[in-house]
Amino acid sequence: MVENRPFLNFLTHLVLILGVATVVFPVYLAFIASTRGPADFMTGVVPLTPGDQTWANYGALLGAGSTEAGAPPFLLMLGNSLIMALLVAFGKIAISILSAFAVVYFRFPGRVIAFWIIFMTLMLPIEVRILPTYKVIADLGMLNSFSGLVIPVIASATATFLFRQFFLTIPEETMEAARVDGAGPLKFFWDILLPLSRTNIAALFIIMFIFGWNQYLWPMLITTEPHYYTVVMGIKRLAAVLDGDTQWNLVMAGVILAALPPVLVIIFMQRLFVKGLVETEK
Amino acid sequence: MASIDVENVGKIYTGGVRAVSDIRLNIADGEFIVLVGPSGCGKSTLLRMIAGLETISEGQVKIGPRVVNDVEPADRDIAMVFQNYALYPHMTVKQNLEYGLKNRRTPKAEIEARVTEAARMLEIGQYLERKPKALSGGQRQRVAMGRAIVRKPAVFLFDEPLSNLDAKLRVSMRGEIKRLQRRLGTTSIYVTHDQLEAMTLADRLVVLNGGRIEQVGSPLDVYHTPASTFVASFIGSPAMNLVKGELHGDKLAIGPSVIDLNGYAPTSGAVTVGLRAEDLRLASEGEEALPFRVDYTEELGAQRLVHGSLGDQSLTIALSAATELSQDMRIVIDPAKLHFFSAETGKRLAGGAIVGAISSAAQPVA
Repeated sequence: MVENRPFLNFLTHLVLILGVATVVFPVYLAFIASTRGPADFMTGVVPLTPGDQTWANYGALLGAGSTEAGAPPFLLMLGNSLIMALLVAFGKIAISILSAFAVVYFRFPGRVIAFWIIFMTLMLPIEVRILPTYKVIADLGMLNSFSGLVIPVIASATATFLFRQFFLTIPEETMEAARVDGAGPLKFFWDILLPLSRTNIAALFIIMFIFGWNQYLWPMLITTEPHYYTVVMGIKRLAAVLDGDTQWNLVMAGVILAALPPVLVIIFMQRLFVKGLVETEK
Repeated sequence: MASIDVENVGKIYTGGVRAVSDIRLNIADGEFIVLVGPSGCGKSTLLRMIAGLETISEGQVKIGPRVVNDVEPADRDIAMVFQNYALYPHMTVKQNLEYGLKNRRTPKAEIEARVTEAARMLEIGQYLERKPKALSGGQRQRVAMGRAIVRKPAVFLFDEPLSNLDAKLRVSMRGEIKRLQRRLGTTSIYVTHDQLEAMTLADRLVVLNGGRIEQVGSPLDVYHTPASTFVASFIGSPAMNLVKGELHGDKLAIGPSVIDLNGYAPTSGAVTVGLRAEDLRLASEGEEALPFRVDYTEELGAQRLVHGSLGDQSLTIALSAATELSQDMRIVIDPAKLHFFSAETGKRLAGGAIVGAISSAAQPVA
């Protein structure tokens, strides 16, 4: 693997470039489409160079939305998505780290059962419980609200499980030393567990933010007012036009806008993530 | 500073497993007590019950005049040093030292003073801003001890603190722990499975086996008058030789060989005889002696351990490195240095001049 052979170098690069191109090309096409007029992609020949409609397309989409497709301004939807994704990510981390703390560090009746019930819900996809959940949320009058968007997806078995596994790797003596040092359970949690979990929290934040941002089915079901639309739903709205042509240039601009925040989160958080990995020690 | 009274303490884990039974132990103020025994003998459990990290199933523990059975570890006025140091990895050395004091709302100036003093005492002053990861094992161990010292507790509890260190460091840290304890005069309980550590550190040794106390006494008492074959084989290195023998009047028969006891026979009939490797020596010409067949030798530099057999029973003797070896040798032992144990119970048999002479402070537990 450490040989220096020009041909092998060429081959590895070729494979990498092909792989990257396969992934990037559709995204590139989407970007090109978002910079051109509505008719350009209907001609049969797909253009590969940026057009001159960039500001017009994005401006229209962010400001007024698509009146033709009945989609609200994208700025509003981006805001909704951001609120939802942040609430989901922070909520999931807060709830799961606390439940993992309870399951690992406290002896109470039903502890093992509680853990297994949490663990079993890992296997249930959101779609399985979506109708009963809808019924509950509807009966509670939480349709068309942020609490209705966020609360049903805020508990995370995966995150609870990950935190539990991490807590189990912290030597029991650390907890005992803290007890002897006069730290109660909450102080131990705050002073010792939380700082040690930094890396895990950063990693989970990335995953959970993207999970929240990409929620599609659930927001579709419970929001009927455009005021609460999220951006992923918005794309669907743009694309599904009943009469007339779909404005692909706007759809693609919407796609680019929707894809941007998760990418930014990854780029920004990855630095924290690596920093956490380097600095934290168990 | 405080005395500790352990009164009829027992531990039964959920599921009914009994780890410790009926421990009675009075520890004087300032005393250094070492709990020693093989793994699984309950020594750590006992220590953790005194620390408050395990609940006490039976009996009670008193620190000073106060019964602490239901007192949180933090309120027992103890400090503990763990085997894996248990330092907080995300805090600097200084923060590690301060943490317990901060939790007790000690004034800032006081914290500063105590941390500085502990750091000076343990020579970790230049590492105060480092994280534990950047320290060697020995330095981490010092920090762990510093964390105990700054608290100025009534009792130090050590749970095999040197087990993770290399042999050389262990010896020097052993000396340091002893010196610190002398200097601070704090009552200490130290758990170890290493009999050498136990011998060198203890004011009094507590030998545990199967959750019970086998013997309590000063290191030399325990060494010279082990209360049972278990203690005899556990304390001292190399372990005491234990061979089957039979007493006939004033004569001891080991296999086919018979030696004269000069009045040291405590009883008659079958006994287990204990012989320390270093009490055995080569017989001179014409002396009444035991035949010894050499299997192999271990060179220790200053002396050599010769492993072999006496009849069909194996035996180890310690000889000076200058001694000439041959396949078959003849060995003798002063009858006064023989230890006799009951062949059935393994308990030390009274009688023999040596028992009365040395065991004044030993407390064999029935």
